[in-house]
Amino acid sequence: MTAAPDILRKLLRDPAAAAGLAIVLLLVAVALLAPLLATHPEAVWDMNPHQRLLPPSEAYLFGTDRMGADIYSRVLFGARITLTIAMVAVGAALLIGVPIGLVSGWRQSWLGETLMRVSDIFLAVPQIILAIAIAQTLGPSIENVILALSATYWPWFTRLVHAEVRSLKNETFIEAAIALGVPAWRIILLHVLPNVTSPIIVRTSIGMGFTILTASALGFLGLGAPPPAPEWGRMISDSREFLPEAWWYALAPGLAIFVVVMGFNLLGDGLRDILDPRIRRAGTGR
Amino acid sequence: MPVPGDNLLEVENLRVSFGTEHGTAKVLDGVNLNIRPSEIMGLVGESGCGKSTLANAILGILADNARHQSGSIRFAGKDLLAMAQRRVESEVRGRSITFIPQDPFGSFNPLFPIGTQAMEVMKWKSPRRVAREKPGIAGLFSRYPRARRRADAAAVLQMLRTVQIARPEAAFGKLPHELSGGQRQRLMIALALLPQPQLVIADEPTTALDATIQMQILKLLKRLAKEREVSVLFTTHDLGIAYEICDRITVLYAGQEVETAPVDDFFRRPHHPYTVRLLESLPQPGRELREIGGQIPVLVDPPAGCRFHPRCSRATEQCRAERPAVTALGGGHHVRCYHPITGTGHP
Amino acid sequence: MNEAPLLRVERLSRHFPARGLLGWRIGDVRALDGVWFKVAPGETLGIVGESGCGKSTLGKTLAGIHRPDAGRIVFEGEDIAGRSASERGAVAPKLQYCYQDPGNSLDPRWTIRRSLNEPLIVHTALGAGDRDARIRDILQQVGLPPTHLDLYPHELSGGQQRRVGLARILTLHPRLVVLDEPTSGLDVSVQAAVLKLLRRLQQAFSLTYLFISHDLSVVRMMCDRVAVMYLGRIVEIASTEALFAGAKHPYTQSLLSAIPAIGGRRVTDTFALAGEPPDPVQLPSGCRFRTRCPRAAAMCAQTDPALRPIAGGQSAACLFA
Repeated sequence: MTAAPDILRKLLRDPAAAAGLAIVLLLVAVALLAPLLATHPEAVWDMNPHQRLLPPSEAYLFGTDRMGADIYSRVLFGARITLTIAMVAVGAALLIGVPIGLVSGWRQSWLGETLMRVSDIFLAVPQIILAIAIAQTLGPSIENVILALSATYWPWFTRLVHAEVRSLKNETFIEAAIALGVPAWRIILLHVLPNVTSPIIVRTSIGMGFTILTASALGFLGLGAPPPAPEWGRMISDSREFLPEAWWYALAPGLAIFVVVMGFNLLGDGLRDILDPRIRRAGTGR
Repeated sequence: MPVPGDNLLEVENLRVSFGTEHGTAKVLDGVNLNIRPSEIMGLVGESGCGKSTLANAILGILADNARHQSGSIRFAGKDLLAMAQRRVESEVRGRSITFIPQDPFGSFNPLFPIGTQAMEVMKWKSPRRVAREKPGIAGLFSRYPRARRRADAAAVLQMLRTVQIARPEAAFGKLPHELSGGQRQRLMIALALLPQPQLVIADEPTTALDATIQMQILKLLKRLAKEREVSVLFTTHDLGIAYEICDRITVLYAGQEVETAPVDDFFRRPHHPYTVRLLESLPQPGRELREIGGQIPVLVDPPAGCRFHPRCSRATEQCRAERPAVTALGGGHHVRCYHPITGTGHP
Repeated sequence: MNEAPLLRVERLSRHFPARGLLGWRIGDVRALDGVWFKVAPGETLGIVGESGCGKSTLGKTLAGIHRPDAGRIVFEGEDIAGRSASERGAVAPKLQYCYQDPGNSLDPRWTIRRSLNEPLIVHTALGAGDRDARIRDILQQVGLPPTHLDLYPHELSGGQQRRVGLARILTLHPRLVVLDEPTSGLDVSVQAAVLKLLRRLQQAFSLTYLFISHDLSVVRMMCDRVAVMYLGRIVEIASTEALFAGAKHPYTQSLLSAIPAIGGRRVTDTFALAGEPPDPVQLPSGCRFRTRCPRAAAMCAQTDPALRPIAGGQSAACLFA
C-alpha cells in the first residue's frame, strides 16, 4: 500500500502513538537480541543457590530470584516467550476469524447465521476458565495457552469483519462491480478485504496487548510454560512468597508486562485515529 | 441607479471569504443586490457561485470560518451587519426575513410531530407576540399566553389549508417522515409565511422535487407571495424555473453578480457573455448543444478582475485588470461588463 | 424497420415487500408491475417518469443487479431474466449499466489503470499488452490523457471521474448501455458537455442507449423514442416527435405541461395537475392514475387499461386514448 510511509509519518507526529511504536519495536528488538543484551545469559536456566534473592546491584540489575538467576536476563528472555504467545495466538485468531467474517457478512444465509451464533458462544466463554480447563486436561504448556487464547479471541475479528462487509456491500462501487459481472470471490478478496484491513490492523494491535495480559495471568496461575521457563507471569507468581522483603522480584516482570501492554494499546489507538477516518476520507475524495 | 429608500433589501459591495485548509476562499467578491417590496427576485447561478452563501449572509447564519470583509446589508433601512445579534435573532431572522431551505427534511426534528414544531416556531415568531416577552436564558421559561396560543394554532391550521395540505388537523399530529417531499415543502412555505415576513429567502426550494410537484409548489409560492405582498429571494440554477416565477433576475458567477434585469428583458436580450452562454447551453429541440468551455474558478485563487474572463471569448486586458463597474442599460437592466453583447443574443 | 429488436422486455415485474409495525408484511410495493417494450439496435430509448415510477428499478433489473419476480428479458434472442451479472456469461459484457455518478462506481483504493483493467480481466482472455492498448484507446475516446492511469479517483475532478466510470463500461465494447440519470443534478453547462460526450461515444462504439431520466427536455434532445412510466407501468410509448407533438395519455400530458418554456406562456399560470401519487402499497383499483386524472370516469375504476397501440407506433394505456 502506498499509504504505508504516510501512516508512519503521521504516527510519528502523535507522541502517544510514537511512544507505543517505540515500545513495540523495543520488545521485538529485545526478543531478538536477548542473548546479546543479557548480562548473564547462561544463568537464565541455571541454579545458583549462593546468589539467591540478592537485591538489585551493578552485577544484577534487577536482583536475583529464588534460584539465584539474574532477573534482568530472565526478563529479557521472557520477552521471547511473550512475543511468541502473542503473535501466534492473535495470528491464529486472525486466520480463523477473518474468513468466517467475510463469508457470513457477504450473503445472508443459514451458514453465515450459524457461524455468527457459534462465534457468540465462543465470545461468552471466559478465556481464563477455558485455559484452566485445557490445562487440566492436556497439561500446562505454552502451546495450550496459545490454544486457549486463540480459541477465545477469534470471534472479535469475525464480528468486526462481518460488520464491515455488511456495510461495504451497500457501497456503490461494490454494487457496480457486481453489475459488471465480477465474481463474488474476486470482489471479496480484491475489493472488500483491502477495505477491511484497517480495522483489522487496529484490532490486531489492541489484541496483542490484551493477549499478553491474559497470557501473563495464565502464567501467574501456573498454566503456562513449566519452570524454569522465564515467563513473566510465572515470575510474578514465584515472587509472591518472598514479598515484601524481596520487592525487586516482582518489579521487573511486572514493569515489563505493564510497559508492553501499554505500548500495544497506544499503538493501536494511534493507528485507529490515522487509518479509519483518513483513508475513508481520502478514498472517497469528497 | 435605484433611489435609496425604494428597496426593501440592499446588499452593497458585499465581500465574504471562508478560511479553509487550502487557503482563504473568496466566495463573494463585491456583490450588489437589490430587492424591492413585493417582488420576486431570482438569484441564478451554477453550483459554487455563492448563492447559498449570499442567502446565509443576509440571514446572518454564515459558518464560523466565514469572514465578512466589507460591504453592507440594509434591510428596510436598517444595517443588518451593525445590528446587535440579539435584535437580529428576535426581530429579523425568522420574523421579518424567513427561510425556505432546499432540503425540508433536514429542517425538522424527526422525533416531534409537525404540529408541535410549528407551534414552537409560533411561540417565538408569531406576529402577535409582544416584544416584552424576552428571549435568552429566561426565555426557556417564558410564558406562552393561552389566548395567543389559541390564536396562533388557528393561524397555523388556516395556513396549512392555504398551502393545500389535506386534512390539516390530522397533519398536526404527524411526524416529518410521514409526509411526502411535496407536503414537507408546503409546510416549510407555511412556516415561512406564518410570521408575516417582509422577505422570504427560498434556497433552491424545488430542486429535490418531481417536475409536477415542483410546478404545484412554484404556483403556490408565487400566488401567496403576490397575495401577501411578500418579497422573495429565490435562488436556483434552473433558468426555466426562474422564468416561471421571478419578476427580476440576477446572475451570479463565482461570487460576482454580472447581470440584473426584469425577467422578460433578461431572456429576450441578455447582455453579459456568461448569461448568453448559459442560455445557449439549455437543451432546445433542433439546436446544437453548446457547452461553456473551461471550468468554474477555484475560489482560493480566483482570476483577477472579472472572474469570467478566462472563459470569455471577448475578454481583453481591461477585464483582467479590474472588475467592470455597473452599467445601467435602461429599464432596470444592469450589466457588469466591458464588452457586453448587444442585439438579440437569444431567440 | 424489420430488424430484430436488440432487447425485448415482457411482463417484467418486481415487488418489494412493504413492512409495517414489527416487520409484519402489510403489502407489496410493485416497483415494476408488468413492463413491456422493445429496443431496436442503435436507437436511444428514453424512460421518463417521476420518483417512485420504477425507472431505476427497471434499469437495475435489466443490468442483473436486481432479480425480477416475473417476466422475460430477451437480449439478442436469449432470455436472461433472473440471472445476475456474473451468471450471464457471454452476454454480461454486452449489456452494461452506468450509474448516475459513474465516478462513484470506482473503488477508491484502486488506481484508474487497475479499475479499467478489471472488466477485461474478468470477461476476456486478453493479455496484458492488449488490455493496455484497449484501455488507452478508450481513455482517448472519453477525452482523458493516459497519464491519468496511475492516479486514484480522489485525485481527479468530478467530471473526470465520470469519464473514467464511462470508460470502464466501454472497455467491454457493450452493445446496450443503460444510462441511469446521467445528467441529474448537473449544472446546465456541465450537462451539455456530458450529453455531447454520450452522443460521440454512441457513434464511436455503435451503442444502443436506454436513457433513464426525469428531465424531459434532455430526453427530447437525446432520444429517438420515449416511454413514460407511472407507478411501475409504462403508460405511453412513442417516437419523440409524436410524444411531444401530441401525447395521448393524461399523465404524459401533465408531465409535458410541467416543462417551463422560456419565452412562452408561464406554466405556473395554467398548471392543472393536483394531488400526489398514491401510496404504492395501496394502488387504486382499475387505472392507477385515475385519482389525479382530469379525465377520470366511472369505468376507470373498474378496468386497468393495458398498453395498446394507437397509431404510428404510438401506444398508450388509457381508455380514452
